[in-house]
Amino acid sequence: MKKLLNTLFVTTPDTYLSLDGENIVIRQEENILGRYPLHNLEAVCTFGYAGVSPALMGSCAERSIGLTFMTRTGRFLARVTGESRGNVVLRKEQYRISDDERRSALVARNFILGKIYNAKWILERATRDYALRLDIPRIKKVSAALSESMNLVHSVEDLDILRGVEGSAAVQYNSVFDELILQQKDDFFFRGRNKRPPLDNVNALLSFAYTLLSNDVRSALESVGLDAYVGFLHRDRPGRASLALDMMEELRGVYADRFVLSLINKKLINPKGFYRKENGAVLMDDDTRKQVIKGWQERKQEKIIHPYLNEKISWGLVPYSQALLLARYIRGDLDEYPPFLWK
Amino acid sequence: MPDYNEDDYLLLSGIQHFNFCRRQWALIHVEQQWEENVRTLEGTYVHRIADQPHLREKRGNKLIVRALPVHSGTLGITGICDVVEFVRDPAGIPLSGEEGLYLPYPVEYKRGKPKKNDSDRSQLIAQLMCLEEMLACDLSLGYLYYNETKHRVEVPVTLSDREQVKAVLQEMHHYFAKKHTPKAKAGPHCQSCSLHNVCLPEMLKKRSVASYIESRLSE
Repeated sequence: MKKLLNTLFVTTPDTYLSLDGENIVIRQEENILGRYPLHNLEAVCTFGYAGVSPALMGSCAERSIGLTFMTRTGRFLARVTGESRGNVVLRKEQYRISDDERRSALVARNFILGKIYNAKWILERATRDYALRLDIPRIKKVSAALSESMNLVHSVEDLDILRGVEGSAAVQYNSVFDELILQQKDDFFFRGRNKRPPLDNVNALLSFAYTLLSNDVRSALESVGLDAYVGFLHRDRPGRASLALDMMEELRGVYADRFVLSLINKKLINPKGFYRKENGAVLMDDDTRKQVIKGWQERKQEKIIHPYLNEKISWGLVPYSQALLLARYIRGDLDEYPPFLWK
Repeated sequence: MPDYNEDDYLLLSGIQHFNFCRRQWALIHVEQQWEENVRTLEGTYVHRIADQPHLREKRGNKLIVRALPVHSGTLGITGICDVVEFVRDPAGIPLSGEEGLYLPYPVEYKRGKPKKNDSDRSQLIAQLMCLEEMLACDLSLGYLYYNETKHRVEVPVTLSDREQVKAVLQEMHHYFAKKHTPKAKAGPHCQSCSLHNVCLPEMLKKRSVASYIESRLSE
């Protein structure tokens, strides 16, 4: 498997990024804040209205270094990409599958299978690790319900039915998610998902983690030559990276939710870093966001065994390996898309 | 056999990829995937000397031309000869702008040293066949220059060599028309392949995804 390189996150607003030889140089007015060799980078992600020189954009595009612009709060603005990777044969087959609801369902159900399987094992693992703290019967009941959903998903060939099963599985999982928060419970609690805007600390963290994950997934899909905007479960909508959302289904829980839980449970963040706007929207301050990004980078370096490839890879390469497997399935090398089934 | 349409020409350099591994060739030429590794960078480095299209040298009875674009309609290929040496020869052909008669000899630059198998030869033979077709002459010799040994190896080209190259090219055209990436056998050669990460050769010998899912669900 390829090597995971670093992602450079630029969180200082009002900085300007430029190219100097083989290096990226970060400036704030006349001061040089940092200088990093490009060959160590996989992606550059800027928060705030940082400018980037055209020369640097070109260099990033040439080397397939993902260059993404986000608002300070982590909303996606734009991405610089070079010539599309891969070729039209792969993308056309992707479009053909996407146009065919039944064929779409066959791929989509494996995304959902992965999502529910991973949700189940997040819960199962928690019951093992914190047997004395959790309401075990309650969680076991949800876990059993998730198993049932999986059996249903396994034979579904219809997208609407699939969405139905997925929806009820999500309700089950969300109903016990709050139990998994073991520390700082007065300030971090989960009473349901809200995102536009997030209305509590946990939702603010989840939203931010999903943004980081969606960026990684989108880059991974593009780097293997797939079109991140043409999905199977998520249908076409202008401006929506549907395939990235599809692939995120199986990774949300196991990648982002568990990450958020560990930030809270290990007290790597504290409630003082969050503030509430007049309308109830909850935002993170810059230091907390930095802390989250730092944790995210560390998580990406951790190693796991890929369940299908049986190869040791870092967490950060999971989106890439799944994108690669999806491309190989679309090209006909594999009988099905192998979801990332974590345990 | 009718000539190939120019749009259907394949890259001459692909012959070597194809001989190395059909799947590698398809990944690069059909799927347009490319990853650099030490070996490919070395290759690029070795070619920097050859890749100077504006350099034209005369040395004694030789005219040395670099980065010469060539093609063959009958074979349906196009590519670039690293170096072509035109040597004065009474049996040669006239060249526009030059006095006397010349015979061309393609020289292909390679990293490393001469290989045990003859995987480097086919590319050179195809170049030679292009030159024959473009210059309307008969050739029987080319050279492989190896960067590690700094020596060139003389490569005589026989009729059966040509037949072999023709057969390989026909197979390549067949795959390309189908836009098909063949599955290939994984082997020791995979270790030196720069496309290892894209190809995932291990994946091809794996059990089916259906059984992977089945076994996970039954846990």
